[in-house]
Amino acid sequence: MRTVLTLLRKELLLERKVPQLVPAMALFSVTTFVVFHFALQQRDVDGDLAAGILVVTLLFATILGINRLYVADREEGGFDAFLLAPVDRTALGVAKALTLFAFLVLVEFVMVPAFAILLFGPGVGWELVGKLVLVLAMVNVGLSVIGALVGALAIQTRARDLIGPLVALPLLVPVVITAARALSPVLGADGPGAMEGQFLAVLGLYDLVFGLLAYALFDFLLED
Amino acid sequence: MTYGNRLRATSIAAALVLMVAFGLAFFSAKIEADQGFSQKIFYVHVPMAIVALCGFVFGGIMAIQHLRTGLAKYDLKSYVAIHLSVVLGVGVLLTGAIWAKAAWGTWFEWREPTLVSFLIVFLLYCTYQPLRFSIEDPEKQSRYASVFAVTAGAFVPLNFLAVRLADPYIHPRVLNQAGGDLPDSFRLPFYLGILGMALLFSALYQYELSHKNSRAQLRQLRRKLGGEEEAVGRSAAPQVSSS
Amino acid sequence: MSPAPPGEEAAPAIELAGLTRRYGLRAALEDVSLTLPAGATLVVFGPNGAGKSTLLRVLATLLRPHAGTTRVLGHELPKDGWAVRGRVGLLGHDPLLYRDLSPRENLRFHARLHGVGDERVEEVLDAVRLGLRTDDPLHTFSRGMVQRTAVARAILHDPALLLLDEPRANLDPAAAELVEPLIGAASGRTRVISSHDPAGGLAEGDLALGLVGGRTALLAPAGEIDPAQIGALYR
Repeated sequence: MRTVLTLLRKELLLERKVPQLVPAMALFSVTTFVVFHFALQQRDVDGDLAAGILVVTLLFATILGINRLYVADREEGGFDAFLLAPVDRTALGVAKALTLFAFLVLVEFVMVPAFAILLFGPGVGWELVGKLVLVLAMVNVGLSVIGALVGALAIQTRARDLIGPLVALPLLVPVVITAARALSPVLGADGPGAMEGQFLAVLGLYDLVFGLLAYALFDFLLED
Repeated sequence: MTYGNRLRATSIAAALVLMVAFGLAFFSAKIEADQGFSQKIFYVHVPMAIVALCGFVFGGIMAIQHLRTGLAKYDLKSYVAIHLSVVLGVGVLLTGAIWAKAAWGTWFEWREPTLVSFLIVFLLYCTYQPLRFSIEDPEKQSRYASVFAVTAGAFVPLNFLAVRLADPYIHPRVLNQAGGDLPDSFRLPFYLGILGMALLFSALYQYELSHKNSRAQLRQLRRKLGGEEEAVGRSAAPQVSSS
Repeated sequence: MSPAPPGEEAAPAIELAGLTRRYGLRAALEDVSLTLPAGATLVVFGPNGAGKSTLLRVLATLLRPHAGTTRVLGHELPKDGWAVRGRVGLLGHDPLLYRDLSPRENLRFHARLHGVGDERVEEVLDAVRLGLRTDDPLHTFSRGMVQRTAVARAILHDPALLLLDEPRANLDPAAAELVEPLIGAASGRTRVISSHDPAGGLAEGDLALGLVGGRTALLAPAGEIDPAQIGALYR
């Protein structure tokens, strides 16, 4: 656990000194909203469409993040340095997932207000924000877990920019399905409606299964 | 090590069972009331899909074995199972498209969760080969491929759950009620179809395994004889050094 | 130095018998056998691609040996890699430091991973004399300065075994002298050094190993070897 904190602190320090990923992901998501506006030719969206745009934008921003998550470690010897230390190797995977989670939260602080201003039709109240935070938190867990695993898988391949998104995208389809379905009543035109629990349940199950799986498998991606 | 022993028997059994199954499907099973003759493709499409999905999961189980033991033969088994299932998957999507066109007038039906989930699973497994190919060190390649295969194997049921939940399904009566109130004249050719497809898979599986192994043995013998090493190109297939 | 567990003191620092490491079907190291007593220095010579770096990485537990027995500091690899990790210091071509962090930040990170206190960080920073630049990001440094920081990183946790891959390649004579007490013979550590410099390497080592194509071409006490024999390895 102490190792995880050490690694997490290093990641956040790196991002604070040379902000790279968070601004890029935030900028990318705002630009994506603009693109959606013109592609769909809509000023105001709500319901299904709003949920879809929000989730897909978050997904693409995450893909951007997954591709860069391990680059500093790969290119500057961080993997070897870590492997030389007498610590539990799974800590790296846990720290990377937490890092991505933290980055996603920061990105959402920009992305969600931008969405509300640029595209979202209905008014925003506390109830909506509360439900949105709940769903986004569960989505972030799934994205972070898959991101930490697939990122580590892709970084050792020759075509890492291709392999990462190619593997991550289908793996994350269930997250998109459940999150979009859970959010569409929340973002409804007549104010936030009731969420259907079954989508959150499956999303939670997804987070749990892949969380455990990634935890069990991560070590194999480090050994040489 | 040879895998060829039962190859001949399995091949003959596969051919026989499939012939009987399709024969029954064509001549004995009643023409389905709603969909007419086109529904016959069901006896190819569904067994193929079931066998392909089982192949994916089997590949995941072999991958677990590989990660646990580190033995190359399990990686080879996982590779062959997934590889064959992807090939079957192409067949599943093609027959599915034909059926959808005949039944609903569209080549793809988004409201059909089984077909949609299968597409997603298929797209995921399509990345297996490129993933292997882009890792040069063979040992690392097989380890990473196994991590992928385990993850994807667990993904198969979870994905089905999520897709099924997302849409109230409209699937043709026959499929969803398989085993339920499926008429008897449908049931026998359907089950025989599954069995035949599984035997076909097994025959192809054994064939590819024995092919890969005899090639490895040949390479080893050649090396012993001549010392002149055959240049091995970069490959996505596991390199087995048989012993 | 962390006290060695009982029984380990007497054991040789490195014992290799038939060590083999493959990349696919190609052997990067084949059938390498040698014994290095604790406190001694092994110099490894050989042309590029001969397996020097592979040997160092196997000894550092970064690569798994595929055949033969490999015992490092009395522990068998890869089985007991956890016991060896943290007791070896690796100084390779790669400094293993984050370029956007300063030497102090980098070393504090490594110190935490190795369970070493921050005062030790200051101690090694003083030893490599980075002066006022200890808080500048590493990417603003010259190669020599980076290498000095890497030396500090390699000895931060006071390793019993140092693995040095051409350690002085980027250092000017003054800097080489500066790091001498840290990674030189006087450091009292067991060392494995890869080198391209026959005379200098032989003077520094107790035992010399010549590798060609992953195989042992030469293995003898350094004092008994003529530098010309080393030169022959490269032909």
